[in-house]
Amino acid sequence: MNRLRRAPLDVWFEPLLIVVLGVGYILWYRSTTLTTTEQASLGWDNLKTTIVDHIVLTLTATVIVVAIAIPLGILLTRDRAKNFRPVAVNFANIGQAAPAVGLIVLLTMWLGTGFRTAVIGLVVYAILPILQNTIVGIQQVDQRTIEAARGIGFSGLRTLVQVELPLAVPVILNGVRTALVILVGTATLSTFIGASSLGTLITTGTTLFLPKLLISGAVLVALLALIIDWLGRVVELIATPRGVA
Amino acid sequence: MTDNTTGERTVTGASIRLDGVVKQYKGQNKAAVQKIDLDIEAGHIVAFVGPSGCGKTTTLKMINRLIEPTEGRIFIGDRDVTGEDPDKLRQSIGYVIQSGGLFPHWSVAKNIGAIPRVLGWEAKKIDERTDYLLDLVGLDVADFRDRLPKDMSGGQQQRVGVARALAADPPVLLMDEPFGAVDPITRVRLQDSLIAIQHELAKTIVIVTHDFEEATKLGDKVLILSEGGHIEQYATPEEILAKPASPFVEEFIGSGATLAHLTLSRVKDVDHDPVVTAEVGDASQEVIARARAQGATWIVVINEHGRPRAWPSLDEVATKERITDYVDDRLPTVAPSSTLNDALDTMLAASQGGVLVTDGRGAVTGALTIATVMAVIRGQLSDARSGDGHVSYSAHTEGAAT
Repeated sequence: MNRLRRAPLDVWFEPLLIVVLGVGYILWYRSTTLTTTEQASLGWDNLKTTIVDHIVLTLTATVIVVAIAIPLGILLTRDRAKNFRPVAVNFANIGQAAPAVGLIVLLTMWLGTGFRTAVIGLVVYAILPILQNTIVGIQQVDQRTIEAARGIGFSGLRTLVQVELPLAVPVILNGVRTALVILVGTATLSTFIGASSLGTLITTGTTLFLPKLLISGAVLVALLALIIDWLGRVVELIATPRGVA
Repeated sequence: MTDNTTGERTVTGASIRLDGVVKQYKGQNKAAVQKIDLDIEAGHIVAFVGPSGCGKTTTLKMINRLIEPTEGRIFIGDRDVTGEDPDKLRQSIGYVIQSGGLFPHWSVAKNIGAIPRVLGWEAKKIDERTDYLLDLVGLDVADFRDRLPKDMSGGQQQRVGVARALAADPPVLLMDEPFGAVDPITRVRLQDSLIAIQHELAKTIVIVTHDFEEATKLGDKVLILSEGGHIEQYATPEEILAKPASPFVEEFIGSGATLAHLTLSRVKDVDHDPVVTAEVGDASQEVIARARAQGATWIVVINEHGRPRAWPSLDEVATKERITDYVDDRLPTVAPSSTLNDALDTMLAASQGGVLVTDGRGAVTGALTIATVMAVIRGQLSDARSGDGHVSYSAHTEGAAT
């Protein structure tokens, strides 16, 4: 726990913001009276389901992105696959450059509506930061350290697992955190293709002109993003090996 | 591994033989190393030296096959290693690079135990080996065992690098410009430490350097290479200085060849002055009396291991009733294996007229003064001047200069 005490300012500042925002919202939520229409979306049972749906959607997409992007990134740093690196990074680039709404709607044309399509859209959208950071993280490991590992008799695989990956961990986790934050925000768009999320609150609020729904959706998404960003930061601090700045 | 006893020390090293080894990179006309034949005796230090691009590092890396030779065979002992599994081969060869190449996320102990763990040693055996090696390379076990590389100086990291290379007790140690990134004083200490280790273990060591002086100091034999791995000369330092085999060698060793002999004379080859030692807590008057009886004007304060702490003058000693525990961290020391050149450098760097001579474990054995070094230089200069046909000032005939 000693390292947390030496933690940088942002690790302490962010939760403050989260608490202020969270407490503010809860106070408002408890004091306000809801009309029947509003009750349908903002009643605690319904609201809880929406929040959980949003988190499930985000986490599912994240797990899949991590499972694809990190191994792919590692593969692309191996000497034999070096030539494919620009191609793969370009594809990932296209995934992120395409507007998220367009991407999700286009996918719907092809795969139909629902949770599965939403997840696929999010995955395509969030691959780039993790792929890019995995590649950069491994490439920035000092070549001399790798040469020393091979020179004393570590196999290629052992060098990767015991030397390259631990030293790349901070950069890779940074990519995962970026992807998570992007996903929390982008998951709101899934409402257009029939997957429930906090975006549903925002769209309903806009269409029916119910500012309470609109604001609740926006505040809750922001809160969620901040919390996940902060958790990611803490994990980064804990998982960074000692001796790596 | 060949274990044969020569004289009083047991040689644990193995011979290395390169037989027609060539390295040709694809798409390049000239070979990086053209057909090199080389025999390295077991238990010797051989230094590869030459200008950059001469193929010295390539040749070194072909021995442990970090670079695969295009042609030729490599033998370690009687074993042809050209077709062996490269990872297995490297586990049986120590390898040290500049700054040690330590894993920054591992403690010193974990770094040293890297290969023993791969080889499946028991934890207890690895611990014992780690402590032995730390002591061997001159680092305090309790202090350094759990340190991270970033919390050590360059010289200390380099020592750990050597310890890691020796962990699995390999017969052969390869070193790629190991002392290139440390300051001159630290470099001298590391060189002396390596000589002491070699003396104790008698491994076969191949060291790549671009510094001819370092090569002559460390190498039992020196291999001078020119572009394309062409062997210009492979001989003892004395032979190379006395009889350079080619104009290339002559130019490479430079015009300072006379003073280069200073790098051939070791501290142990010249007379040392005895020193009067005292321990912390001794009565000052008694120590002063003892020193006066031997005609000394200063004394050396040592710790319980005989390592020097300070060297106060008798006047300074007299200011305190007992010898204090003061530690002089600028104390100039050299090892018996240091060259006179090193000793001179150390004196100049410390602005002192002398240095303390310490043995392999750091215990003080005597002192060397600048006068002794100057006497050697004077002797060598007069040796060099007599008989080279040089006309002296007094023997010069007016108008004969051209």
